[in-house]
Amino acid sequence: MGEKMSRRPYAQECPRATWYFKRPRYMRYMAREVTCIFIGAYTLMLLVGLLRLSQGQAQYEDFLMALRQPASVAFHIVALAFSLYHTFTWFNVAPKALPIQVGEEIWPDSVVASAHYVVWAVLSLVILFWAGVI
Amino acid sequence: MTENRMGARQVELEVLRYNPETDQEPRYQRYSVPCKNEWCVLDALNYLKDNIDPTLAYRWSCHMQVCGSCGMMLNGEPKLACKAFVRDYPGVIRIEPLTHFPIERDLVTVADDFMAKLKRVKPYLIPAEKRSIEEGEYRQTPAQLTRYRKYAMCINCMLCYAACPEYGLTKSKFIGPAAITLAHRYNQDSRDGGRDERQEEIATNEGVWECSFVGACSDVCPKHVDPASALQQVKIASTVDWYLEHFMSWVKK
Repeated sequence: MGEKMSRRPYAQECPRATWYFKRPRYMRYMAREVTCIFIGAYTLMLLVGLLRLSQGQAQYEDFLMALRQPASVAFHIVALAFSLYHTFTWFNVAPKALPIQVGEEIWPDSVVASAHYVVWAVLSLVILFWAGVI
Repeated sequence: MTENRMGARQVELEVLRYNPETDQEPRYQRYSVPCKNEWCVLDALNYLKDNIDPTLAYRWSCHMQVCGSCGMMLNGEPKLACKAFVRDYPGVIRIEPLTHFPIERDLVTVADDFMAKLKRVKPYLIPAEKRSIEEGEYRQTPAQLTRYRKYAMCINCMLCYAACPEYGLTKSKFIGPAAITLAHRYNQDSRDGGRDERQEEIATNEGVWECSFVGACSDVCPKHVDPASALQQVKIASTVDWYLEHFMSWVKK
């Protein structure tokens, strides 16, 4: 004792542009987040469709024709795949946000996740039925 | 990786060294340590310090996953050195101090920031109703205990902070997984009445809203506390608070 302690802590920086390459978990997180862009893009496209519908039949027919272009079909396939990924990843982590405790028991994660899939399926069927597809 | 008759094998350890008095920045140092099959990485470090290089600095205490002192990065993953077995690492084991924290010396990090955050969230019982000793203990049913039991298992080892990119990217502004989880633990306690005080700290931009649900904290937690779950629940409860306050102020919380 007596001698003055010299402290010089070395700061460890987190690389701002490349941090998510460090672990597979970070990459999966980024994939989950980035796929929402396609959901947003698809929503914008639906809004454009509504706008065209409000402008009259000819404009709406043009919009429907544009949807049949190969680029549009490709966009739909990619958007569907990414939307499914986004949905599955969120449904699978939903039990963390919504744990259900009944008495002394906490329900297994699979119950909460499954409930999300069931509600999704039922709502999809209702919408398809309403739209006259089935 | 030669194994001798005693069941020991030479294990290569690549340890990050930093001496604040002589080094400008950390450097790696290689050691070859004879390790027994049942050894954990902490045993290897203790052998190394006792027999090869007494200058190596690292923290440890209990050797049984209770004290939370020996957290370090093993091949880039935050681990307790007492819980990671040498036999599970076939090649060279790269040992570094917990990431995101300043390095004090070698594998020792500066934990002051975490300690200050822990204090901020008031991780202790603030009784909803004061009782005198004569009135007896605060009673609780097993179901009420279940509501927070998992979150009470935290040993403050800080592995979740090393795993959390938000903590690193915000340069430690984020209150972080363990501290918010402990706040949630007391908020969930039927005997507690301190939620409003804790919300002042955790229902903020530096608190739970800095979390983007990467989920790595729960992956690395050695006590299965699941901080990611606690933080998402705090977000939902804080959102409900906001709606009640702004649109349904006549409803009593």
